[in-house]
Amino acid sequence: MKAAVKRLVSMIPVLIGVMLLTFIMLRVVPGDPVSIMLGEHYSQAKIDRLTRAMNLDKPMWEQFVSYMLGAFRGDLGVSYMMNKPVTGLIAEAFPQTFRLALMAAAIAWAVGLIAGITAAVKQNKLPDHLFMGFSLAGVSVPIFMSALFLQYFFSYRLKILPLTSDGSAASLILPAIALGWNSAGSVARMTRSSLIETLQADYIDTARAKGLLRPAVIFGHALKNALLPVVTMMALQISSLMSGAVITESVFSVPGIGRLATQAIQNRDMPLLQGTILFTTILVILGNLAADLLYSVIDPRIGDE
Amino acid sequence: MTEKYKKQETRDELLSEIGDYDGLKEKIIRMYRNNRLAAFSAALIILMILLAVFAPYIAPYKEAHQDLLMRLQPPSRAHLFGTDELGRDVFSRILYGARVSLVIGIFPSMISLLIGIFFGLIAGYFGGWIDYVIMRVADVMLSFPSLLLAMALMYTLGRYANSVLCIFGALSLVGWASVSRVVRSVTLSLKETEYVDAARSIGVGRPKIMLRHILPNCIPSLIVLYTLNVPSCILSESTLSFLGIGVQPPAASWGLMVNQSKQYLFTMPWLALAPCLTIMIVVLAFNFLGDGLRDALDPYLKKG
Repeated sequence: MKAAVKRLVSMIPVLIGVMLLTFIMLRVVPGDPVSIMLGEHYSQAKIDRLTRAMNLDKPMWEQFVSYMLGAFRGDLGVSYMMNKPVTGLIAEAFPQTFRLALMAAAIAWAVGLIAGITAAVKQNKLPDHLFMGFSLAGVSVPIFMSALFLQYFFSYRLKILPLTSDGSAASLILPAIALGWNSAGSVARMTRSSLIETLQADYIDTARAKGLLRPAVIFGHALKNALLPVVTMMALQISSLMSGAVITESVFSVPGIGRLATQAIQNRDMPLLQGTILFTTILVILGNLAADLLYSVIDPRIGDE
Repeated sequence: MTEKYKKQETRDELLSEIGDYDGLKEKIIRMYRNNRLAAFSAALIILMILLAVFAPYIAPYKEAHQDLLMRLQPPSRAHLFGTDELGRDVFSRILYGARVSLVIGIFPSMISLLIGIFFGLIAGYFGGWIDYVIMRVADVMLSFPSLLLAMALMYTLGRYANSVLCIFGALSLVGWASVSRVVRSVTLSLKETEYVDAARSIGVGRPKIMLRHILPNCIPSLIVLYTLNVPSCILSESTLSFLGIGVQPPAASWGLMVNQSKQYLFTMPWLALAPCLTIMIVVLAFNFLGDGLRDALDPYLKKG
């Protein structure tokens, strides 16, 4: 418990740092953020109005403090493009991204575990080389490529799954596969190396010496320990899932956070971009925290220090 | 004469005491012998670089050469991968696109390597509040999903520079944090060792200790990190260009080519397939090479 509190406290400087960095990246640019947003064809009056509305006439530190205090209250400003509060837009979009990421994670887990375990058990034999080759290929395929060609085969050729998202679960299958594919590769590689390491431990020899069958040793004894790092890694995958969601949501027009970010950048909607980046980064930080805590829960050897 | 002979003798004695020590070169050579896939990948990468460098001499058509009568042709002998919506030869554009993609893969990784080495050495060597500040900043950088971080940087930098330079800058700033973590941890464990103490005691300056005595020990890990960072930069560039916020037309980039041809995906899938496969092969080659190097040089780096 003490360790958990300590971790929570150590999160705060990182959180403030994230806010500061997003702020610096998007606002503290030489030149006028409003004219960047509006482009070149707007009158001075309109620029002045927006400047005041976004508090941009105040000194920089005051802007940051008011943005930070607002963010803690859940106020991330107003989207310039849609003229709605950013928090509301994110709250609307997040369930879509969450469902997509959850399905992708499930696929990554299922495929990755099976491939990783098979490869470890058949180490240096054909299935090992095959699965590891495939998983490296999985990591190397650009997500937009798998997304486009999944569309081509399953929606256009076979016509069994919808081309774009309409909110139904069936329409999320293709984006989830495209998104989960990359993580599956990482899960498989991690599972393999971790299981191979565990299989060399003394207690595995003991279990075998007792005359236990190989599957019993692998599933009953080895896997429990071997999966610990894999569990934490999965929580760390939130970051790459979020990056990937930007692409899959754009290809399959899923109205989620990633598409919000792409739209924000295309329309030069700074408050929306700032909000989505801040939100996803906080998710990642929480994911890391969860990974740490989970690790000490499932592995009592780590415990409180 | 005798003195020289004596020196040689002590050297041999010392060497035999150390035993068969494999240097960096020997390890890499051994990897090439044992790991055919990695060797093949390295050859492929060199070939790709040569193709990119000599693109103007190899490509059958000019990068922007349009032939509006020959729009959207399927692959043929005249146009190996067909032509795009403006009648430009896809094969030639892939060769020219290799210049952008490889430059963006190879150089920003190098810059982030240098930044990472600099901060990692300083954080590890000086410790204290300097270490705390640098490592918290690295934590912050690592918390951002990399694509979103690059997108934010593109938004800001996009005003000031041409799009290729922009991606160049954005990707240089994304990758340094993990490098500095590795360098810091090596520095931390080495700065207390006897040989560093010895160097310090005979008055070797700090910069020299860091660069000559500590940094060389990071090189194996850094080679691996670098080789694996290149493909992720190539992927980031092509993804940004695919989303329309990276390289801007009329420049040729693989990701941009996929973006422009995705509207013909169902009628002319080869248009998107050619640049996609090129990206995949190049990224795969770098990943296989990085994997091979990791097994050969740095067995302690975890696979993930």
